[in-house]
Amino acid sequence: MNIEIILFLILGLVAAISSVMMITRKNAVISAVFLVLNFFALAGLYLLLNAQFIAVVQVIVYAGAIMVLFLFVLMLLNTEAEHKLFIDKKGIKFFAIFIAAFVFIEIAFLIFKGSPSKNLSPEQVASINSGTIETIGQQLYTNYIIPFEVSGFLLLAATIGALVLAKKKFE
Amino acid sequence: MLSIPMEYYLVLSALMFTVGVAGVLIRRNAIVVFMSIELMLNSANLTFVTFSSYLGNSIGQIFVFFVMTVAAAEAAVGLAIIIAIFRNKLSVNIDEINIFKW
Repeated sequence: MNIEIILFLILGLVAAISSVMMITRKNAVISAVFLVLNFFALAGLYLLLNAQFIAVVQVIVYAGAIMVLFLFVLMLLNTEAEHKLFIDKKGIKFFAIFIAAFVFIEIAFLIFKGSPSKNLSPEQVASINSGTIETIGQQLYTNYIIPFEVSGFLLLAATIGALVLAKKKFE
Repeated sequence: MLSIPMEYYLVLSALMFTVGVAGVLIRRNAIVVFMSIELMLNSANLTFVTFSSYLGNSIGQIFVFFVMTVAAAEAAVGLAIIIAIFRNKLSVNIDEINIFKW
């Protein structure tokens, strides 16, 4: 067995199991820690896909910045664990799981029916440079400079909005 | 170089998206619902990176970069809204935030 497949199986299992654990833990802090584990597994998968830049940004931005923000809010609000994890009406719970399973079966069916890997040419599969920082930086500062600037403006607006919302006293 | 069939990544991404959907439907804590939404955004990112790598085209990864920017902005504003609601109602249970319920 090839090392790439072994790594994929390990990282994929960690990602899948940690995502399921995240939605089934009663304590929100433990959910957040499992989400961090999921983000690290995803970063490993991005490395397997030759996307070095995205892998590093995933660890820094998601596992670092966003999850610290979540944990800070959990600490500030100090909410008790959900006593009833699933809604007491059993029907709604089973309906939710049914909807989720249906969505998954539908997507998986479409993926295998379309079988996108059959249409790939060998030189496309062989290309390894698409994820390097050099390629992405070049694209980002030439063809995608306007979206880049707009996203900077969006972050500024989000900063100001978060400050105003969190400062404001209601009632 | 990439010896794994592309479908494996896509099915993993579909699985994570589905778990995110189930999390939004099942959980009552607004912060955990928010984390499930982040999970769904991440599964979409995995699909983008998969197609980008297998097609040898970096545009998908640039799109992932922008998705991450929007997710960061969304997390900041959303958590600020949750704090504001908590000040008002002393709860983040989404069953109790039903002022718009008809």
